[in-house]
Amino acid sequence: MTALLTITVLVFILVAIWQMVKIFDLAQAKSECDQVATDKDNKINAYLMMGFLAFIYIITIVCIVKWGDLPLLSNSASAHGPTIDNLMAISLVIIFFVQTVTQFLLHYFAFKYKGEKGKKALFFADNNKLEAIWTIIPVIVLAGLIIYGLNTWVNIMGVDESDDPMVVELYAQQFNWTARYAGQDNTLGKSNVRLIDIDRANILGLDEADPNAQDDIIVKELHLPVGKPVLFKMRSQDVLHSAYMPHFRAQMNCVPGMITQFGFTPTVTSEEMRQNPDMVEKVANINKIRVEKSEALVAKGEDALDRYEFDYLLICNKICGKSHYNMQMKIVVETQEEFDAWIKEQKEFKNSLN
Amino acid sequence: MSAHADTHAHDDHGHHHKETFMTKYIFSMDHKMIAKQYLITGTIMGVIGILMSMMFRMQIAWPEEPNVLFEALLGKWAPEGVMDADIYLALVTIHGTIMVFFVLTAGLSGTFSNLLIPLQIGARDMASGFLNMVSYWLFFLSSIIMVISLFVEAGPAAAGWTIYPPLSALPMAQGGSGMGMTLWLVAMAIFIASSLLGSLNYVVTVLNLRTKGMTMTRLPLTIWAFFITAVIGIVSFPVLLSAALLLIMDRSFGTSFFLSDIFIQGEVLHYHGGSPVLFEHLFWFLGHPEVYIVILPAMGLVSEIMASNSRKPIFGYRAMIASILAIAFLSTIVWGHHMFVSGMNPFLGSVFTFTTLLIAIPSAVKAFNWITTIWKGNLQMNPAMLFSIGFVSTFITGGLTGIILGDSALDINVHDTYFVVAHFHLVMGISALYGMFAGIYHWYPKMFGRMLNKNLGYIHFWITAVCAYGVFFPMHFIGMAGLPRRYYTNSNFPLFDDLANVNVIITVFALVGGVVQIAYLWNFFYSIFYGKKATQNPWKSTTLEWTTPVEHIHGNWPGEIPHVYRWAYDYSKPGHDVDFVPQNVPLKDGEEELQH
Repeated sequence: MTALLTITVLVFILVAIWQMVKIFDLAQAKSECDQVATDKDNKINAYLMMGFLAFIYIITIVCIVKWGDLPLLSNSASAHGPTIDNLMAISLVIIFFVQTVTQFLLHYFAFKYKGEKGKKALFFADNNKLEAIWTIIPVIVLAGLIIYGLNTWVNIMGVDESDDPMVVELYAQQFNWTARYAGQDNTLGKSNVRLIDIDRANILGLDEADPNAQDDIIVKELHLPVGKPVLFKMRSQDVLHSAYMPHFRAQMNCVPGMITQFGFTPTVTSEEMRQNPDMVEKVANINKIRVEKSEALVAKGEDALDRYEFDYLLICNKICGKSHYNMQMKIVVETQEEFDAWIKEQKEFKNSLN
Repeated sequence: MSAHADTHAHDDHGHHHKETFMTKYIFSMDHKMIAKQYLITGTIMGVIGILMSMMFRMQIAWPEEPNVLFEALLGKWAPEGVMDADIYLALVTIHGTIMVFFVLTAGLSGTFSNLLIPLQIGARDMASGFLNMVSYWLFFLSSIIMVISLFVEAGPAAAGWTIYPPLSALPMAQGGSGMGMTLWLVAMAIFIASSLLGSLNYVVTVLNLRTKGMTMTRLPLTIWAFFITAVIGIVSFPVLLSAALLLIMDRSFGTSFFLSDIFIQGEVLHYHGGSPVLFEHLFWFLGHPEVYIVILPAMGLVSEIMASNSRKPIFGYRAMIASILAIAFLSTIVWGHHMFVSGMNPFLGSVFTFTTLLIAIPSAVKAFNWITTIWKGNLQMNPAMLFSIGFVSTFITGGLTGIILGDSALDINVHDTYFVVAHFHLVMGISALYGMFAGIYHWYPKMFGRMLNKNLGYIHFWITAVCAYGVFFPMHFIGMAGLPRRYYTNSNFPLFDDLANVNVIITVFALVGGVVQIAYLWNFFYSIFYGKKATQNPWKSTTLEWTTPVEHIHGNWPGEIPHVYRWAYDYSKPGHDVDFVPQNVPLKDGEEELQH
């Protein structure tokens, strides 16, 4: 219905535009109208250029104020998160500065130097000094960004085995996630999708003969102890998926036929994150929206929406088929004790087979 | 077409052999007619592509709501007007394919390279008129196959325009990966053949058929852009062709180039030893140069139009050529920035971050040179000029966010989110479209001998400009909030509920922006027949195409081809009474040619 209404409005706008053009054309019919811009056109469009500059600035400010609690600038939940956030902040500051200045110059010049009959433009074809300046400045800025960026990248991607990270496998399939803990030995058992045996509930294709596989633990909800480095090994059984954990500033594709990896250290438990003032505000806002939506749903006789409580999520971020939009797994970050208690309740692989 | 025939019926004088309707309008070997064929085919594909985007934007804003439009246009894919999740992905996929290849490659480069290369370098036609004709008809055939693929039983290709296997290789992974994907691959293979024939022709023509005096450093920047674009196409398109062929082998003949160890729908497939990452490398080896194939011609057109409408030489002509060359070179060694999180070695990621961020340097030089070109000019605000200024604006806005996406560390968290969608739509989608529109408004008189209505042009530009920012600027922010692209609906993630109203705003801008293109389409088709008759050189430009008669003739110039004595940018040159000196006017006594 809303869509239909929108379309009707759009059609009316079009009709209005057409009428306006007719009026313009009739008004100009007597004067020379060879469809080339006149001084009057130049003037009107020059003012519109300044208007448009204002529009760009306004939309920038509105976006930052309304939607720019800049979710990727703060409240990261992993050890490497703040370094990414810093780099992001610096890049954004540079971008907004350059954007503001260059858009001003472009639109202001378009306004200031609007054409007039009899005026002659300046014949200014070249200036090596100027061009050197705006080659060298970007070179310096970019050199800084490249060095900073590469440093950050190498630190994030390099896995430090001496940290003794906990090894966890993230296993993707259309359209859900499974996690596998390496167990006591912290070594994942060998696996291949050719070994999958649904009847025996060997859903990840583990090698049943491999001693390392016996104590592996397969779960549908990812629990991580806070402060403990984790090394994720990603696998996919069918098509490409991407394991995206936005709050941890982590992402890696899951590729059938190969094992990819990504490591990080969670630093904020789910509970702590729920109490973070920014998060409290965000969740309250979301719940307000959900209550409003629920009213409309209930009026139609449908169920109301659940209240939202914050959870970390692992979501699929590589197009993987029909239900790509609903491929997620809850992540719980908790204290070591809570984690130990939880993992003790899970079945080991050797006991989970039929 | 028949009314069209009437308006140009008097074209026939000036050459001897008799032309029939077929040889003149259908199987024409004349570059001007082929340019028009490219433009009109590209326009029709563009309408399809934009309609698709309007449909999936409505789905994103009002998810799973019945919509009469869906019911009417999608038929069985929208039972009771609710869009199906498979067709959503198909719409996204085909929208991308059509806009990138059929509109912004063939429609933009095909139209203006064909129209302007012979006219601006002073040639009677392309080096091979026959290859040129074959090139267009292959493009047409490819368009037809792509459109047919929309109607197959299991649905059109739906694996994203990047068609990453195994999703695109396995019909059991997705309905669209059956016949729909086969037709997609066939259409693209033919498209690539067409593009290669065209590119070879452009390169040969520019190198061999320049008129007397037209040295490489007197070429208008349009020609430099088309020339280098063609070279990039020749280098990179064959790689996509091989990727497509290998994918066809995997799909139909059981090879394992891209597939290995797959368990799907309860069975293990036989594939062994291939790698989807290999496909990503092959795809992006074309895929990234492709965005420069799209944007360079637009840059060339904009440079030319800005100089002419500023009544001022383009600033830094040699730097402009150097930056085109630098961009072309770098474009072939940055493809890996699409693959930072693909699982390739992180060291490669470092290399690609380095090369990618380097591209910002020639891009910055170009942007500053355009801004300096309008400084102290005498700006004629024709619609073409507005679109050119709009081009620089969106190119800067979209380009700047490239330093975030090109930085591997930052890309980890915004990869494949709406941040990427915002970035590339502004920097190569909207910018290239603006370049194309600028070119159409500027060279319409040359193509059709008539003028476009300027007031409709102004309305077209201003509403489009506001909508383009309205759509893509907020999109950066939902991307930074972590919202992935290609989601049929976000309602399964309460986490993103606070972004729903942003999506509604974006969709409203998108719908207004889409509908206002009707003003342009009307202007375009109406003016072909009833537009104001054009004069020979309506914009008072210096380049050679404006020395040809308004009426199209075979061979372009009735007599001898003009000789060239100066560069293309003698606007407002001191010592001349008029503010432009065409390239074919000899230097006055004592006048010096600018040492550029």
